[in-house]
Amino acid sequence: MTDNLLEVRDLRLDIVSGKVSHNVVDNVSFSIGRGEAYGLVGESGCGKSITALSIIGLLRKPLAVTGGALNFNGRDLRGLSKRELRRLRGEKIAMIFQEPMTALNPLSPVGRQIAEMFVLHKGATWKEAEKLAIEALGNVQVPAPEERVKAYPHQMSGGMRQRVMIAIALACNPDLLIADEPTTALDVTVQAEILKLVKELCAARGTSVLMISHDLGVIANMCNRVGIMYAGRLVEERPVADLFLHPAHPYTDGLLKSLPHLGSRRLEGRKRLQEIEGTVPSIASFPPGCRFQPRCHRATSVCSAEIPPPSALNHDGFVKCFNHEQ
Amino acid sequence: MSNNNEPLVRVDSLSVHFPVRNGLFGRSKRTLRAVNELSLTLNKGECLSIVGESGCGKSTLALSILGLQEPTSGEIFFEGRSITGKTRPSRLERAGMAQMVFQDPYASLNPRQTIYTSLAAPLRLHGVSDRKEIAQRIESMMQLVGLKPEQAKRFPHEFSGGQRQRIGIARALILNPKVVVLDEPVSALDVSIRAQIINLLLELKERLDLSYIMISHDLSVVEHMSDRVAVMYFGQIVETGSWDRVFSDPQHPYTRRLIGAILDPVTELTGQSPVNTRAMPEPPAGYDYYPRELGKHDVYSLPPASHLVALREDHSVRLIARN
Amino acid sequence: MRLRLNLLIGGVLCIAIISMALLAPLIAPTDPVLDADLMNAELPPDAQFWFGTDAQGRDVLSRILYGARISLAVGIGSQVINTLIGLALGISAGYFGGWWDDFVTGLTNLMLAIPSLIFALAIMAILGPGLSSLLIALGLTNWSWTCRIARSSALSLKKQGYVQAAKTLGYGDIRIMITQILPNMIGPILVIGTLGMGDAILAEAALSYLGLGIKPPFPSWGNMLTDARELIVIAPWAAIFPGLAIFVTVLGLNLFGDGLRDWLDPHMRARQL
Repeated sequence: MTDNLLEVRDLRLDIVSGKVSHNVVDNVSFSIGRGEAYGLVGESGCGKSITALSIIGLLRKPLAVTGGALNFNGRDLRGLSKRELRRLRGEKIAMIFQEPMTALNPLSPVGRQIAEMFVLHKGATWKEAEKLAIEALGNVQVPAPEERVKAYPHQMSGGMRQRVMIAIALACNPDLLIADEPTTALDVTVQAEILKLVKELCAARGTSVLMISHDLGVIANMCNRVGIMYAGRLVEERPVADLFLHPAHPYTDGLLKSLPHLGSRRLEGRKRLQEIEGTVPSIASFPPGCRFQPRCHRATSVCSAEIPPPSALNHDGFVKCFNHEQ
Repeated sequence: MSNNNEPLVRVDSLSVHFPVRNGLFGRSKRTLRAVNELSLTLNKGECLSIVGESGCGKSTLALSILGLQEPTSGEIFFEGRSITGKTRPSRLERAGMAQMVFQDPYASLNPRQTIYTSLAAPLRLHGVSDRKEIAQRIESMMQLVGLKPEQAKRFPHEFSGGQRQRIGIARALILNPKVVVLDEPVSALDVSIRAQIINLLLELKERLDLSYIMISHDLSVVEHMSDRVAVMYFGQIVETGSWDRVFSDPQHPYTRRLIGAILDPVTELTGQSPVNTRAMPEPPAGYDYYPRELGKHDVYSLPPASHLVALREDHSVRLIARN
Repeated sequence: MRLRLNLLIGGVLCIAIISMALLAPLIAPTDPVLDADLMNAELPPDAQFWFGTDAQGRDVLSRILYGARISLAVGIGSQVINTLIGLALGISAGYFGGWWDDFVTGLTNLMLAIPSLIFALAIMAILGPGLSSLLIALGLTNWSWTCRIARSSALSLKKQGYVQAAKTLGYGDIRIMITQILPNMIGPILVIGTLGMGDAILAEAALSYLGLGIKPPFPSWGNMLTDARELIVIAPWAAIFPGLAIFVTVLGLNLFGDGLRDWLDPHMRARQL
């Protein structure tokens, strides 16, 4: 119906162990257009990473998809066999993680790990693949790629390892790159370089990006559209500028106001930061109704009784809140 | 001894070197220079932030100030008294000087001890034996950090990350130290919890007249909390000064790069950077900024002689003579 | 649920064997040493002698019940000594590092290189047979695994924030090792300890079998096997039942040790979602 690359509809994930099941992701819907960068923001345990894992079929027990649809390029991902999914991963959908050291094979030179992608998915011979690997390393701006292909992961810095991960991920020109906190473990100056690299490479190839992060700055820098997740639900989804400049959900608003912003102390003096009361609920104790309601300063009686439905916002996007802004 | 001119903490050309063994049977030996001839002062009631990226030596510096790392050379003074080398005080004596709040609230509390035990043991160790007094001090400390006194009976795993960080702060304050070292105090916490801890730390500083040394790479937090800032790069301070000078008019190329790398959601979208984006200021005639080039540092060799030069009151930058 | 089952079965077996050993004088049908009756020699199990009789006509059941006292005393006693040695060496080596660590690691590797039974044999040869010699021989030769685990746990635990915090709060090194490090490695150490008890019981049996353990006529499971060696064809019960006793005891200890490990793991206990 649309030309969206990825469509997630009413996704529901549960932890099922024996007869007990806990809901971890509830009714999450979003779509990513071709060449679009979509950001999924949330705190630890909000379900953003497992949402991404469910897309590429890497959920591990006791986690399971219990409802909803995942459509990629018009194909239903939930109906694919393990083999088809494996083919899809790496070739059409690639992923980079927070800690490249654990995602790379420590016993194999990085060049070989990149070359493997070409052999596996493109049917190249090892000789061809090695040349392609050098080229791929050059593309991610690793200096002296002819020599660096022989290096092992532990001989590289964190930033260089993440570049290798990106080279592996983008080796087969995937349609979608899923990046799960790709710069969280890196220094700020390295983070800036890596984000710039991902942005440029994906723009040049028309690759769509699903960026997962808790860092609002990273998302603002990278993405066109943003979804805010809280306790397993998508509570607000909008174009990035609307979201950060005019947040509608009290949680989004609270997040933005709770962080110190560079330069504000010089302009306005040091103000007490606005706190979001309470703590992030654990999976076992999600509150009824709106899951943010116990911490919300705008909560009314309806909030704990009913789950807020999505309300459309004037430009584009939605918010799930009975008492939202505007 | 503690006359008014003497700062609370004075670090005087401190160096910390680590021998690194390489090769078969550790035959080739090299020296990793984590901290190189570093000097700084902390005045009473100040929050001094030490900013830098991983491997710059900021953690080693903090451990030296806490007495957990013996320096290779140089001295550290506390209220004018040398606390390094032969004159260094015992651990018991040191405990009243400086304490630390750790980055990871999950690894910083003993999982086998209740909060009460964790807080009572140091008090007993320091000669408080009256049970009532211990209970009272723990009760008031729990309240001070925003927890309910009855929660002290619980074990660490029953608390959330933010609550654990409050407990970590309580433990750091239980012996009434004069200096608290904050090691990335909010970076491991959920975003929605950070404001609570930042506000708490600033409140406690005022209320208890504390002095902070904060180690951080998060410059937005540093700007919000600090009185003075020291930017560290490979074992040396490359720029230091009052927070507004460093943030409004950064001089050193490394400081400028650090500030330029901050991703703030609002500035990203409005494009209005609050940071001075003018061209890099020229160094004083006959000098260059040191290091001239970033990213080409050898941590094993002795760096050339360079000096931290005051450009104006309370703002210094590291320069090297041009040859 | 599975982990509870381990602990339950292992615990029940261990308690049963310990109480049988303690109550041996009350529940044993006959005296294990004095009630020899050649007229009743080599009788198969029947209503009077449940486990049959041995070559001297002694009741095998009574001898197994009394033998349990020796086996358990050796198993528990020597493991307590081993654990204390292993903990003291391992924790201090991991915590202090430096030359002391090099020394302890070297010693541990040396101990691992020599088969502990051979080592125990040598000690027994010097000290002569008897219960106290057994305790010493087995207590000094089987601490290397405890030591290794303790050392590596201490190495990782000493970097934890709470250990650093304890230092800044003025705790002495000994106090840190006892209050901050030891409690956090107790799980694996207890497991190794209980598993080692099984080993010690087997080692006691082996040493007694070789004539270096408990002197006859006093029964231990090991020397009962030795005595039954010649009768294995005509009176197999004299060998089967002591062997079964060893098997059940070692199984019970292993199950108990496994269950204990799972139960002591705070993450396993906390995982109630």
